[in-house]
Amino acid sequence: MKNRSRIQILYFLMAIILLAVGIFQSWNVALTIFNLCLISSIMTLGINVQWGNAGIVNFGVMGFAALGGLANIIISMPPTSNAWETGGNFIVIGLLIFVLSIIFSVFMFKRVNFNKRIKYLISFLIIFVGYFIMRLMVDSPIEQIEAIEPAKTGYLGGFNLPVIISWPVGGLLAAFAAFIIGKISLGLRSDYLAIATLGISEIIIYILKNEDWLSRGVKNVNGLPRPVPYEIELQSREWVLETANILKIPLPEVSSIIVKLSYSVLFLLVLLVILYLLQIAVKSPWGRMMRAIRDNEVSANAMGKDIKKRHLQVFIIGSAIVGIAGAMLTTLDGQFTPVSYQPLRYTFLIWIMVIVGGSGNNFGSIIGAFLIWFFWIQSEPLGLWLLSFITSHISDTNLIKSHLLENAAHIRLMFMGIILLVTLRFAPKGLIPEVKR
Amino acid sequence: MDFLNGITLISNYILIPGLTYGSQLALGALGITIVYSVLRFSNFAHGEFMSFGAMSSILLCWLFLSLEINLNPLPTAIIVLPFAIIITIFYCILVDKIIFKFYRQQNSKSVINLIVSIGVMFFTGGLIRFIIGPGDKNFFDGERFILKAKTFKNYTGLSEGLALKTTQGITIVLSIILVILLFWFLNKTKTGKSMRAYSDNKELALLSGINPEKVVLITWIITGTLACVAGTLYGLDKSYKPFTYLHLVLPIFSAAIVGGVGNPVGAIIGGFVISFSELIVTFAYKKIFFYFLPNYLVPDGLLQILSTDYKIAISFIILVLVLLIRPTGIYKGKII
Repeated sequence: MKNRSRIQILYFLMAIILLAVGIFQSWNVALTIFNLCLISSIMTLGINVQWGNAGIVNFGVMGFAALGGLANIIISMPPTSNAWETGGNFIVIGLLIFVLSIIFSVFMFKRVNFNKRIKYLISFLIIFVGYFIMRLMVDSPIEQIEAIEPAKTGYLGGFNLPVIISWPVGGLLAAFAAFIIGKISLGLRSDYLAIATLGISEIIIYILKNEDWLSRGVKNVNGLPRPVPYEIELQSREWVLETANILKIPLPEVSSIIVKLSYSVLFLLVLLVILYLLQIAVKSPWGRMMRAIRDNEVSANAMGKDIKKRHLQVFIIGSAIVGIAGAMLTTLDGQFTPVSYQPLRYTFLIWIMVIVGGSGNNFGSIIGAFLIWFFWIQSEPLGLWLLSFITSHISDTNLIKSHLLENAAHIRLMFMGIILLVTLRFAPKGLIPEVKR
Repeated sequence: MDFLNGITLISNYILIPGLTYGSQLALGALGITIVYSVLRFSNFAHGEFMSFGAMSSILLCWLFLSLEINLNPLPTAIIVLPFAIIITIFYCILVDKIIFKFYRQQNSKSVINLIVSIGVMFFTGGLIRFIIGPGDKNFFDGERFILKAKTFKNYTGLSEGLALKTTQGITIVLSIILVILLFWFLNKTKTGKSMRAYSDNKELALLSGINPEKVVLITWIITGTLACVAGTLYGLDKSYKPFTYLHLVLPIFSAAIVGGVGNPVGAIIGGFVISFSELIVTFAYKKIFFYFLPNYLVPDGLLQILSTDYKIAISFIILVLVLLIRPTGIYKGKII
């Protein structure tokens, strides 16, 4: 098998690269890169199941990841004292009224027989009225909640549960959002779908940025609880002290390596479970049906497959996986920063990973995620090195040289573009092509 | 008097900014629509093409200012614009020859072309940041205002002011000229007609002896021109920063889709729909009611429908609404 040997060689190569970083730079850096590689490879698996197996273009990666991050707050933060009493219930009821008015207007639109224009007008009016009732109920409680110690809390808080629970909950939140988005936009042509998902994910991030009562907005939520012990705690343990003595590494470094390693183990477990499930799904009749729909919608439809329903299904599954990865990312960071979700840049980074790795092949997506993330992190020093090499014969006082060196960090965007373009041109199937069945 | 004050208030805060931003969006959306209708793919790199155009204008501005050529009281950007347009067109054609041409000859699916355009977007974005840096650049010079709020107040005796910035005036005038030229070209000249024929039915156009390479070349010339003018105007009006152009591509796409992708009239309408709804939805209506209603009826709150933080999100909300209600856009698209 050609593919199998390719997988072995590439994975071996990646392992060597990471080990080399560990040996020559530091193990801390290597593990940081490794953890983020693991998270991005879960995201790429989510996108790959949509794009590689079903041909759906989902540019909403960052929106779903942000929802996963929100799950962290809702599940693990302690509830803000008095926040629920001052008006949390009002907010929930107000939102419910708004949602109900939307459901009611959709219901009316589908069931009542009228002139189409009148129907649009009435549905619009119902939603408008629902919105105003919501604003009336919600506005003053939100102000009160945001006034509770705005420097520290100023939001509703969460349920104070173990943070691990937030990973599946993040997946559920993303799946729920994907259901609504899919209902709205899956009937569209592929490039409309791309733009619609991008736009909706931008809306999600805007909501998280501005609704302070929910996520503290741009003030960020810091100090999320951890699923692994803290460094300080570890440093007082007997066995940690002994390991530090035996390996002759300073104590703080040992403890932070242990923390990162335990994260790695957790993430690796999640990755393996998801990979296993996806491999089964791809090999099963369901996977065959998905590929049939991807390759020829018309004939799949003629065979009696409900294309819209299947597309919705795979859209939800893929987005839920992205949501899980988003929740894990926020847990790793220990804080929720809505500003850091840049839809255009990071969404497409995930897409580059999928395409470079090999769309339609789960092992390919994972290696794509590893390679591209590694390159994204390391191309900044690489670019600097390259430029100082090129300009080495120019004197240091030269304006052009200093300008080039100053902007060297941005060379990585160029690198990414070139990698994507070269892959699409010369190896459109990616590093590890889809298995022909 | 109150009535006139109210009208002035609306023109100052909604009409003039809406017209300016709308023209910028419309020019951008026109570029996307024309690429879509001739080359059949959504060009995500258009925002970066606009940024490239603005960057060339800035670099040329610096050059011209160092040579002490200027056009006081108008900004120097006006003189350099033709040269910047040529540079942008050259870049667009270069990108097409090296990258897009291959996929056109392969007859790739439009999604593949879209992903290729994302690669171009990344590359161009990196190139721009590499050349000019990621920081804020203000390249406006000359007279700031055509009409100052204070002059207007003194002249009319109203309590509300009306201001018209030079950049706003230039944007509106230039956009009108460009749009008229574009429509004249598409509807009256032979080349324009051959372009429309090509976009309407490719096979038939080829049979009638239309040279596809020439059509593609002209498409990129038009796109480059539109991108450069739109980018420069936007940069002139709001100060240039590479990062903002990355985000500008989304409202532009919304404008193109809302109007109906592939239809130039639709793109213009879409641009204004987006810009005006952004302003109308986030405007605080309290002051308007203050002028139009008797005093005891004026409510307490600011009367905003959505807070200003959501300004950019509105274009996507409209996009979603249009996709739900009328997926083809206001005008049915696909034909120039």
